[in-house]
Amino acid sequence: MTTTDTRYTRADFQSGQEVRWCPGCGDYTILASVQNFLAELDVDREKHVFVSGIGCASRFPYYMNTYGMHSIHGRAPAIATGVALANPDLTVWVITGDGDGLSIGGNHLIHALRRNVNLKILLFNNQIYGLTKGQYSPTSELGKRTKTSPAGSVDYPFNPVSLALGAEATFVARTIDMDRPHTTEMLRAAYEHRGTAFIEIYQNCNVFNDKAFQLLTGRQERDANRIYLHPGEPIVFGADNEMGITVGLDGAKIVKVADVGMDSIAVHDPAKPNPGVSFLLSRLSHGPTGPTPIGIFRQVQRETYGDLMNAQIEAAKERNANASISELVSQHGTWKVE
Amino acid sequence: MQEETLSPPEPPEQLDRVVIRFAGDSGDGMQLAGTRFTETSAAFGNDLATFPSFPAEIRAPQGTLAGVSSFQVHIADWDILTHGDQADVLVAMNPAALKANLREVVPGGLILANEDAFDDRNLEKAGYEKSPLSDGSLSGYHVLTAPMEKLTKIAVKDSGVTGRAVLRSKNFFALGLISWMFNRPTEPILDWVKKKFGEDNPVAKANLEAFRAGFNFGNTTEEFHHTFEVAPAKLPPGEYANITGNQALAWGLVAAARAAGLSLFLGSYPITPATSILEEIARLKHFDVKTFQAEDEIAGVGVALGAAFAGHLAVTTTSGPGVSLKGETLSLALMTELPLVLVDVQRAGPSTGLPTKVEQSDLMMALHGRHGEAPLPVLAPASPSDAFEVAREAARIAIKYMTPVILLSDGYLANGAEPWRIPDFDNLPDFDISFATEPNGPDGEFLPYMRNEETMARPWAIPGTPGLEHRVGGLEKEALTGNVSYDPDNHEFMTEQRAAKIAGIANDIPEAEAEGPDEAKLLVVSWGSTFGAVRAGVNNATVAGYPTAHLHLRYLNPLPRNLGEVLDSYQQILIPELNRGQLAAVLRAAYLVPTVSLSKVQGAPFMANEITKKIIDLIEDAS
Repeated sequence: MTTTDTRYTRADFQSGQEVRWCPGCGDYTILASVQNFLAELDVDREKHVFVSGIGCASRFPYYMNTYGMHSIHGRAPAIATGVALANPDLTVWVITGDGDGLSIGGNHLIHALRRNVNLKILLFNNQIYGLTKGQYSPTSELGKRTKTSPAGSVDYPFNPVSLALGAEATFVARTIDMDRPHTTEMLRAAYEHRGTAFIEIYQNCNVFNDKAFQLLTGRQERDANRIYLHPGEPIVFGADNEMGITVGLDGAKIVKVADVGMDSIAVHDPAKPNPGVSFLLSRLSHGPTGPTPIGIFRQVQRETYGDLMNAQIEAAKERNANASISELVSQHGTWKVE
Repeated sequence: MQEETLSPPEPPEQLDRVVIRFAGDSGDGMQLAGTRFTETSAAFGNDLATFPSFPAEIRAPQGTLAGVSSFQVHIADWDILTHGDQADVLVAMNPAALKANLREVVPGGLILANEDAFDDRNLEKAGYEKSPLSDGSLSGYHVLTAPMEKLTKIAVKDSGVTGRAVLRSKNFFALGLISWMFNRPTEPILDWVKKKFGEDNPVAKANLEAFRAGFNFGNTTEEFHHTFEVAPAKLPPGEYANITGNQALAWGLVAAARAAGLSLFLGSYPITPATSILEEIARLKHFDVKTFQAEDEIAGVGVALGAAFAGHLAVTTTSGPGVSLKGETLSLALMTELPLVLVDVQRAGPSTGLPTKVEQSDLMMALHGRHGEAPLPVLAPASPSDAFEVAREAARIAIKYMTPVILLSDGYLANGAEPWRIPDFDNLPDFDISFATEPNGPDGEFLPYMRNEETMARPWAIPGTPGLEHRVGGLEKEALTGNVSYDPDNHEFMTEQRAAKIAGIANDIPEAEAEGPDEAKLLVVSWGSTFGAVRAGVNNATVAGYPTAHLHLRYLNPLPRNLGEVLDSYQQILIPELNRGQLAAVLRAAYLVPTVSLSKVQGAPFMANEITKKIIDLIEDAS
């Protein structure tokens, strides 16, 4: 295991494969953010593994000059779990989408989150099936008209952050493809988190679901709708931070700071053992149809599955040094035939 | 009571073999009684084979036919092949056990019944109008009865066990009585009880007292005075252990990882009858093995594939329904050309089928059950102990050829036990494996799909290796570079390469060799767990004047390279299978040979007699 002294550039993380997303796709921005972040991070390139499922987002590993596997629809969290448990020295990234991770792969996603395997899961949420050309996804809004829902979807959507919090995740965050500094900040926090880190990335599909996140990305709208969560600070937003969030038994509420006073505004604490308040914050918007929190919802320490598993193996090896198959069989009871 | 009084009063009758079947309610502890009898017989030196049979329900309604659990053990002073077609002795703990098992008893066989359970209520549950013990319907058998419950209650009264728990020891009463009758050494049983429950534990005391009471009942009761003895078998010299197929498989996988110098990674999801492999390996952490109980069958193979990518010896274990779910990942493993062993402990299907019963009906699924052109090596063990070597062989092929391999065991092998002559573990050959560490391309680049000239395997370059960063995945690979390629000629080329790689394994496995007399014109071809019954059936036919040859296949894909010639040298080919003729279809398609199938799908193994009868019929018809 060697460490390189050379500082990487983004080019070191480009695989040379032609990137084949549609021009203008949000995936390009995310790819650039990840490549730049890894160059900055200065961790040996061969220690990164990108595992994806199926979908537009899942082509991601092909464009990364790291180890990677483009796997099966929905199964990336399971396969990545195997990689991470086999070699704890690796940083294993899961690239998935709203269809891949929340529909066909929902089961693997929730179990990876609860187990707290050391995985960094980036869920590109564009609220549509892109690779199959425009069918509603498990995050598409109710009533959405697509080729498979010509009369409007009757399929109530998931809120990915709420789902992750409910699945016992230890790190849950949300960011936006267009906000590269914030994406980088979230990537770094996820990288530094020991355990499963889950980031929902709002990603614009400019072909099949353009402007789904207009409220958060439009020049006119974004200041009024992005609620940045900063640990230890009151949750305020708006062009002049004139708006804020209060939290009570009846939920999180959007208020005018002037109406309630700064002392009544909730102070963000993602490290709270109880995920209750984080969950209330996640309910402020179900899909970006109004002011939406961006940032780290939850960040707590819990032993990882891999550490617990390896501790058991090391303890067993210590108790039974030089284990041999013959010894194993003889413990079972043997007899001799002369 | 004193140990001295445990010796039998008159010299026992010598038998060369005997088949004993313990049968009772699924809560009566028959599996335990059978296993203990087996272990003590193994320690005594008999050759043996067992056949446990139990309902899928943990506790089916008491006293009913559906709830009957049985354990058959065949012990002999010679090298036997099967668990015995029929039982010489049936221990019946209640009327349902008698009714469900009577047809498995030889005419004139001995029935030992727990008379206390033959009351009106139990008789009615089993569908008897009158007690078969007294209505003359068992006149073709030798019937002995014992008040097992009454005597167990008396025996355990000072043990500290009270209430309903008292009767739980009645299996030990039966075991004591049978142990007396067959002159078994008692020490292994008594020691096991003390070790299992703790010497001072009331349950241990109750079981020991019940066992002694049963033993003494035989000793002191006039009608039991005739006893039997089966001398130790003259097996090849060596050290032996009594093992089940699942145990042998688990140990074989651990041994394979050792031989390869790799960590073993087992990703699995509990499913009957494969679960005990996961259980066995989970307790072997000191062998540097990782076991992962996944959220489902798909994740079980998924984590294994991830571990394979990262350089572990990866295994997933399951049964038929699980193989259906894992098919998609097998295709990915095949496309990414990563080593992986899938163990399918077959059970009777389709769907949930008969989960605790044996069948060989997943052969076609193993050979063809994937989307696309997706050939994989398929192997099957012939007996419980053979599973050790086949597990090693499956791992060897997976690693050497960078391919998933399917190992087809079944429920009969999984739970059945036999003595295993322990190999010299230190001298088992190691597997020659090496991870790629250097670029292999002409311009100093790494080509993940550049093939080894001999094996056609691609290099195994694991994450963490500097300079060999590469991507694998399910999209078609360009030859050499492994880059995504939609080129039609490349797809055809790669499809052919993948097939040729698997077909080429035929040069790395033994040729087929039929066994039997030179004058045999009929060849019986079998695979998997039917080996013992088929070999015994073939031998019996030959002895009866119908010379027959036998070929047992360990490799189902690729088939042995000379198999066509072997098949062509016989006039008749009989293929007995616990399915509707799947191997027969494979061989007919591959070699255009006429074959006759003997099919059985009753959730039960073949009896040697069924094979012999079919052989004789075929030879008679042909002459």
